[in-house]
Amino acid sequence: MTQSQSATARRLFVIAAIFAASILFAIVFSKTRIAIALIDIVWLAIEFSSLSPKVQKVLVIATLIALSVAFAFPFAWLLDTAIKPNAETMKNPPVWIPSEFQFGNFWKAITHGQDAIGYPPFLIYFANTVVLCSLIVSGVVASNAVVAYSFARLKWPGRDIIFSLTLATMMVPFPVLMVPTFALFRNLDWIGTYRPLWVPAWFGSAFSIFLLRQFFSTIPFELSEAAKLDGASEWRIFRDVIIPLSKPALAVVALFAFMGAWNDFLGPLIYILDQKNFTLSLGLQAYQSQNGGTEWNLLMAASSIVIAPVIIMFFFTQRLFIQGIAVTGMK
Amino acid sequence: MTRNTGPGAKREARAGFVFASPWLIGFCIFLAYPLLASIYFSFCDYSVLKPPVYVGLDNYKELMGDELFWKTLSNTFSYAAIALPLGMLTSLILAMLLNTKVKGMPLFRTLFFIPSLVPQVSLACLWLWVFNGEHGVLNTLLLKFGIEGPNWLGNPAWSKPALVVMAVWGGGNAMLIYLASLQDVPTSLLEAADLDGASGWQKTLNVTLPMISPVMLFNLVMGIIGSLQVFTVPYIMFPNGTPERSTYFYTSYLFDNAFRFHKMGYASAMGWIMFLMILALTYGSLRLSSKHVHYQGG
Repeated sequence: MTQSQSATARRLFVIAAIFAASILFAIVFSKTRIAIALIDIVWLAIEFSSLSPKVQKVLVIATLIALSVAFAFPFAWLLDTAIKPNAETMKNPPVWIPSEFQFGNFWKAITHGQDAIGYPPFLIYFANTVVLCSLIVSGVVASNAVVAYSFARLKWPGRDIIFSLTLATMMVPFPVLMVPTFALFRNLDWIGTYRPLWVPAWFGSAFSIFLLRQFFSTIPFELSEAAKLDGASEWRIFRDVIIPLSKPALAVVALFAFMGAWNDFLGPLIYILDQKNFTLSLGLQAYQSQNGGTEWNLLMAASSIVIAPVIIMFFFTQRLFIQGIAVTGMK
Repeated sequence: MTRNTGPGAKREARAGFVFASPWLIGFCIFLAYPLLASIYFSFCDYSVLKPPVYVGLDNYKELMGDELFWKTLSNTFSYAAIALPLGMLTSLILAMLLNTKVKGMPLFRTLFFIPSLVPQVSLACLWLWVFNGEHGVLNTLLLKFGIEGPNWLGNPAWSKPALVVMAVWGGGNAMLIYLASLQDVPTSLLEAADLDGASGWQKTLNVTLPMISPVMLFNLVMGIIGSLQVFTVPYIMFPNGTPERSTYFYTSYLFDNAFRFHKMGYASAMGWIMFLMILALTYGSLRLSSKHVHYQGG
């Protein structure tokens, strides 16, 4: 009785709160149309559960389709702009279908400024990023696998305390560490090289250690014991028993490391000085700040070049990706 | 058995240290040392070019009187105050929609997730174009619905909402985490609620949300840590925090102090204040939620 009463009360409260928010929105921005639409949506959502299952299903699918269009639209616009003649990007009302498909825009963006600097900038950025990403990904996988093995399968004094400490380090924001690490690398004379970006990757990172440790702990200990009876060393057990069984987890760690390295902007911004050493992120930012606001088609072409490898990677590794992210929330 | 005693245990401990050594070293060099060093630097006048000079609390005193410090702090918090709840709500709603066993769920899931993969720099370039004042496609579309869109990038009242729109668009990560946890809610519980005559709304409030509350807390804490560090997108879209410094965020100011003005000590003090804020907020959300978050079997 009280249960259902309190549920009703809560429901009323939520309705009131959402209504108040919508009306406030209308007053603040004097956008009555938006407010009315919002209230309608909210009302529909609240009445949703009392509708018949068939109507519910139709509503859900309609909402999903509408939202998909909204989510996909910026991508469509990105590609649409990238293949347009520049004059058509500035038209109002906008030109939805370009009069000609200028796929050459991609090459134009890649080689923009080649005459002045002597090389096609985005090809060099791409090569740099691939080199840097490989160094980082191999370091992350190698070091974290070894370390996670120790945390998951070996007993040593202080292990559990250090592991909790490791988890706590995930809360340390990069900006706190920025100045002393910069000073450190400056003393080593590493500024302007890739080393500040990839060397730390070879020394483990809390998140990957956590992910791999969780996975390694699920492998039956009997397997290690049996190998030990056969006289295998820890290294052999690690290499021949644990690693072959952990390929999906290692792939997830590699994938996340790749995404992180490919996306990183702040790191290269701090440590990379010469344009010929720029990564794609840094190169795109440099291109945008020098040429942005004029040739939008080329900027969009350049942006899609930076995005494409990530999306392609995603389509090849979709399952791993989705599982990996699902696991991160399951602490 | 014999796992805890004898020479075997000693050998295992030695192997344990050897295997953990990369992290033990890395932890000391790349985490513990910088963390402690930045406390020391925060009490120093330090430009990297010359050795640090101890100045006591000067940096902190200067910060307290620094208008830009307060401006960037309030910008960051007012951004986070909108982006975080709105982002959590939309990703939860999307996940719930996807969890209704509709046909083509993998396709929808992919569509909602892909924006979160877009590298930050490309994200900024793309939305600079979508939000563009003269030729921006967003306002053109809004006009079709009879809404005159604001000057997203040039009006200080709309620059932060623009960033919020982008954050919501790219929030697919949290959505996937929610979706996974929704799929983990035991159907037996939902069926039991059905037998008791609970409505869909009641099931959501009384079964589903409590069951996924640990994940909501996780997303909240990660969201707090992330949104206080917002840097790349505003750095590119709004050089120097234009318009009227409405998008000059805490990390941008910290970065400028360190690498543009070479006030490394000052930047370290800002870094530590940020770290303490994150610790306090995380602790606060853990404490406040301890009554409401339901852990299975615990």
